[in-house]
Amino acid sequence: MLSVKGLRANVGENEILTGLDLEVGPGEVHAIMGPNGSGKSTFAHVLSGREGYEVTSGSVQFDGHDLLELEPEERARLGLFLAFQYPVELPGVNNTYFLKAALNAIRKSRGESELDAVSFMRLMKERLKVLHLDDSLLKRPVNFGFSGGEKKRNEIFQMAMLEPRLAILDETDSGLDIDALRIVADGVNALRDPARSMIVVTHYQRLLDYIEPDHVHVLARGRIIRSGGKELALELEERGYGWIDEVAA
Amino acid sequence: MSASTADLPTSTPAATAASQYDAIVRSGYEHGFVTEIESDTLPPGLDEGVIRAISARKGEPAFMTDWRLAAYRKWLQMPTPAWASVHHPPIDYQAISYFSAPKKKDGPKSLDEVDPVLLETYRKLGIPIEEQKALAGVAVDAVFDSVSVATTFREKLAEVGVIFCSISEALQEHPELVRQYLGSVVPATDNYYAGLNSAVFTDGTFVYVPKHTRCPMELSTYFRINTANTGQFERTLIIAEEGSYVSYLEGCTAPQRDENQLHAAVVELIALEGAEIKYSTVQNWYPGDEHGRGGIYNFVTKRGDCRGARSKISWTQVETGSAITWKYPSCILRGDDSVGEFYSVAVTKGRQQADTGTKMIHLGKNTRSTIVSKGISAQHGQQSYRGLVRIAAKAEGARNHTQCDSLLIGDKCAANTFPYIEVKNPTAKMEHEATTSKISDDQLFYCRSRGLAEEDAVSMIVNGFCKEVFNELPMEFAVEAQKLLSISLEGAVG
Ligand SMILES: Nc1ncnc2c1ncn2[C@@H]1O[C@H](COP(=O)(O)OP(=O)(O)O)[C@@H](O)[C@H]1O
Ligand SMILES: [Mg+2]
Repeated sequence: MLSVKGLRANVGENEILTGLDLEVGPGEVHAIMGPNGSGKSTFAHVLSGREGYEVTSGSVQFDGHDLLELEPEERARLGLFLAFQYPVELPGVNNTYFLKAALNAIRKSRGESELDAVSFMRLMKERLKVLHLDDSLLKRPVNFGFSGGEKKRNEIFQMAMLEPRLAILDETDSGLDIDALRIVADGVNALRDPARSMIVVTHYQRLLDYIEPDHVHVLARGRIIRSGGKELALELEERGYGWIDEVAA
Repeated sequence: MSASTADLPTSTPAATAASQYDAIVRSGYEHGFVTEIESDTLPPGLDEGVIRAISARKGEPAFMTDWRLAAYRKWLQMPTPAWASVHHPPIDYQAISYFSAPKKKDGPKSLDEVDPVLLETYRKLGIPIEEQKALAGVAVDAVFDSVSVATTFREKLAEVGVIFCSISEALQEHPELVRQYLGSVVPATDNYYAGLNSAVFTDGTFVYVPKHTRCPMELSTYFRINTANTGQFERTLIIAEEGSYVSYLEGCTAPQRDENQLHAAVVELIALEGAEIKYSTVQNWYPGDEHGRGGIYNFVTKRGDCRGARSKISWTQVETGSAITWKYPSCILRGDDSVGEFYSVAVTKGRQQADTGTKMIHLGKNTRSTIVSKGISAQHGQQSYRGLVRIAAKAEGARNHTQCDSLLIGDKCAANTFPYIEVKNPTAKMEHEATTSKISDDQLFYCRSRGLAEEDAVSMIVNGFCKEVFNELPMEFAVEAQKLLSISLEGAVG
């Protein structure tokens, strides 16, 4: 599904990703943990095609496509989804309208028919129910004036609507109180599917109490320095990130 | 709007563009094509003989000929307006032909009588008359090459006493009304272009809504400039009697061409006691090529007079076309408790220049005005908002709210804001907000990461930015305006 080999990327003069390897199979949930500034968001952005990063070597294969060759929207249409660490506000752009346009752009690229307003509303209602969300966010402009928790919930809702094959959740847990965290985690669990892989990026072990990963990776100084099962997360919790610098150095 | 606009202070630009996009692309002018219809055209040039010829061909009453000649004589003495923010080569007024009429003289009674070439033109524009007729509530007075050739729904309007016709017809059938009101809001001496228009206007629209009558449909005129070298001098006069209501839609597109074309329209609105006039414009004239060659020069004088107490005039405009736009739809709030509104979206890209805004002149007590201006600049577009709010000494309790937002796309465009406020009564309440924003990389990436093409993302963000204004437009018009905005911004980001 996703195969990352020896990925190196610069921001300006600085090399941020320093030879990152990662293999994600269908239906797997991978957690990537690491201290602040270790390159987690950079990795997520490089995968989804954000400008401003220069990939100097390595490769990323996604479902047989050379991901790095594609535009961000092409990646999205292939089924890649990034839940942003800092979701972006779009003043004046209605949330429902935005989602409908996005979903139909994706459907169209796959040769599927566009959903009309009625079918779209039906789908939206159904997904809201699955996620135990109410429809209060739908009439508002995308993320505009949303609280931190509302923004994160909205990201999960978008994910539910766009049905990605690979979802990257970038610190979707940060800044959430325990109730909000639970809503988000329940949503993610509801969307687990044998055909859907997930990369859950987090700074804290806490989220993994709710979302049980198949694999846990430790990212430090731009590469994965340890991989293991979910017990690795608990180990990190106990020892903190202090020891990592020694390993990564 | 008046020549005095040029006297407004030219403060340093409140905001200039700067951003990271530099790959600038062009989008073709979708409505650029020329219809082949034979025209009965006067040779280029302007003198008293030409003015007499225009008046004679239209069979106008003598007062009208005299009025035109008086306007012409005053115009000859007026200096060409000089203003801060738009630039164009001098206009040769002797190179313009001042009259052009389609060959078929008598107005058609139905679409069957309309020249098929013309119908085809509307079809290409995506505003077929058939469809408009079907859209219940929209009457069409299509102005083509200065002379109305299709008028519909007249009977239905006549039933309630609403007069909706070309100004030429009004001069034949209701000369007393024209005589009473023409020039009463925008006198011939008001400014250079209004003076020229008063001398040579060839057609336009006349609307009269009787007392306590709600006009049963949106009135709509589609303007279109067609014959090469024909300046357009439209004259619109709308009178809403006591307690009446009318909504008027004006839209225009033009075929692509080489020469600069001057357009100097005058629109006068008169709202008597308790009357309301809503005037909406979607303007999409040819903006010129990427060097700005060949576009329309749009110098328009639009003014509404809230003559009676509790009257209301509301201007809504979406301006995407023209090489140069110079217009300040204004309200004179004469009646006590009268209300003036101005909602505007203006787009400048390529080499387009727009100097636009409004004037709200508060004369009566407890008069209120609202100004919402949304300016979008892309590529090398230059845009200035110029707004004057004047509260006269006797305008006790007057209020104004101004919201002036600019959106920049790319780093070579510019937006300037020149708010100008004159308050002579201490009870006035004034609010002014202004913002400048850019479409951020973050926003574009966010949209693209959801599968949207960059252009769709831009048009979505832009439409969101303009929402407050679009909300003021009648439904069908709002849809059209959004489409137009998307088309006009295609390729503006890259
Ligand atoms: N746009 C940028 N410009 C400069 N430095 C950046 C930029 N983005 C990320 N960095 C740097 O790259 C490093 C990794 O950042 P990031 O990927 O956001 O880490 P994480 O998400 O793990 O906290 C940090 O040192 C950060 O300062
Ligand atoms: Mg991060």
